[in-house]
Amino acid sequence: MLTTDILIEWLVKIGVVFFILMTAIAYVVLLERRLLGFIQMRLGPNRVGPFGLLQPLADGLKFLFKEDIVPLEADKALYVLAPMIALVPALMTISVIPFGDKIVILGREIALHITSVNVGLLVVFALTSLGVYGIALAGWSSNSKYSLMGGLRSSAQLISYELALSLSVVGVIIFSGSLDLVEVVKQQNSFWLGFIPKWNIFTQPIGFLIFLIAAIAETNRVPFDLPEAETELVAGFHTEYSSMKFAMFFIAEYANMVTASSMATLLFLGGWYGPFVDKFPLLGPIYFSLKILFFLFLYIWLRGTLPRFRYDQLMRFGWKFLIPVALANVVLVAGLALLIY
Amino acid sequence: MEKVFFIIIASLSVAAALSVVAQRNTLYSAFSLIGLFGCLAVAYITLQAHLIAAIQVIVYAGAIMVLFVFVIMLLNIREEELRVDRNRLLIFSVPLGGLLFGLIYFGLKNFKIDEIKGAPVGTSEAIGQGLFSKYLLPFEVTSILILLAIVGSVVLARREKDGDIEDIEDDEQVVKVSMAEKSKVEETKE
Amino acid sequence: MVPLSWYLILSAILFTIGAVGVFLKRNVITIFMCIELMLNAVNLTLVAFSSFYKQVYGQLFVFIVMTVAAAEAGVGLALVISVFRNRETLDVDKSNILKL
Repeated sequence: MLTTDILIEWLVKIGVVFFILMTAIAYVVLLERRLLGFIQMRLGPNRVGPFGLLQPLADGLKFLFKEDIVPLEADKALYVLAPMIALVPALMTISVIPFGDKIVILGREIALHITSVNVGLLVVFALTSLGVYGIALAGWSSNSKYSLMGGLRSSAQLISYELALSLSVVGVIIFSGSLDLVEVVKQQNSFWLGFIPKWNIFTQPIGFLIFLIAAIAETNRVPFDLPEAETELVAGFHTEYSSMKFAMFFIAEYANMVTASSMATLLFLGGWYGPFVDKFPLLGPIYFSLKILFFLFLYIWLRGTLPRFRYDQLMRFGWKFLIPVALANVVLVAGLALLIY
Repeated sequence: MEKVFFIIIASLSVAAALSVVAQRNTLYSAFSLIGLFGCLAVAYITLQAHLIAAIQVIVYAGAIMVLFVFVIMLLNIREEELRVDRNRLLIFSVPLGGLLFGLIYFGLKNFKIDEIKGAPVGTSEAIGQGLFSKYLLPFEVTSILILLAIVGSVVLARREKDGDIEDIEDDEQVVKVSMAEKSKVEETKE
Repeated sequence: MVPLSWYLILSAILFTIGAVGVFLKRNVITIFMCIELMLNAVNLTLVAFSSFYKQVYGQLFVFIVMTVAAAEAGVGLALVISVFRNRETLDVDKSNILKL
């Protein structure tokens, strides 16, 4: 039954997770700028506060005070709606992601996820597949060539790579036998030979690589950032956006990065498991964040290193390489599962 | 409580459905339809069919409607021109629709079943069991259907000879949804 | 608990709106969308029956209906693209000579 303290627990959890997510997003932006600066042998933003740590705050204020421009020929309703459609699914995904096992605070046992759904994995896919509408709508409603091109490219890219993404996850589902994310993580708890953790990355490295590549493409990041390719499309689908509306797209992109990283962690790197986590469950979220941080670092590293694909290369890579390999991987993993179980 | 919730969902979906038909801008129709699919997914959750609800969003909202939106954007259809004989059409089609609804309504009005006790059935295990035992043949036949659809759409959307990059793009788009469907089907195998 | 008949009536309303849309609209893409709407109305009935009879089979049919809908959308939109290329219109009344 719905009692007051359960309601309070929910609200507190939602508030805390939302706050942590937003702060994390703000500091991932800073991390990206500093790291990119380091990779490119320059300093990056270091003026606001010690080591530039207050930079996100300054950026936020700047976004708030910028003029909010709506192009004259734009489709007003859709133009306003588009950033919200991009942002809301991106933030909602976090609600089904478990970031730790149960812990006891003030004598209450609290499960470290906002809500548990028995088809959690599918919910994540469903929500991320909705994000494309924000981008497509932004491209359409701005009534600008560059935006439309960006929107078209992104819808083509997202639905192409979503296939490889979902096929790469099938292997994990075969191993865990459940679509519940908590179950998927718990299946990776034990060890081989006493010290190698039973993470899915060791049993299906190909699946992991496909997942990683497809996730980078899904989040529109370098080297798959064609929807916003600065050198050809100005800024792609958000060319016409300014102020808070632009900030919403920005937050959505980084929230998607965090989601993709946490999915990779949950599915392939054993989620919150690590040394001593059985004795001190509070270590769980820490391990989880460290693993996410690793993936975020990877994103930024790739951005500093790789050039952008050409559009036909992108499509050819997705359709003629990634999807066949992903299909072969499903067969391979199914055979492996037969051997092991 | 549940009834109030159902009424909200039902009226939202009827409004969305009306808007699909009433909008003159095709893209607006498409977005109303996406809203309707969302409402129906919620209705499936109230019916304890969680798997179907998730698949509804993934397949309909996430794949089929993306394809629709993509085609609308690709062909750059802004407004539908008003028809001259619009009123004549309205005079015929609305009563016809009323008749159809009347027939269905009077057929179903007094339909009742005794409540059957038991656990909810919409789990992924149950659906997988059903698909891979009793309904294996239809399942395999749909996979052949998808294969046919892939080949068919590639043949149809292919432009003769002067293939350029854009051409490859729309072919592959069309193939994609059929493939997406297939992968969704495979996901539930477990 | 919401009675079964409510779901059935909702589904009937949606089906009717879809059917009227097919009569009324002349844009191929909108007609397609109305057909999808009707398919969804049927899906709602199937899921409702499945859930009230505690039998999973209704939901299996929904699965198959979705597959068919996806195949239909793929082929249908390929047709729309090739018709539009040759004719520059989406009006069904203007594409009535049964060839591309």
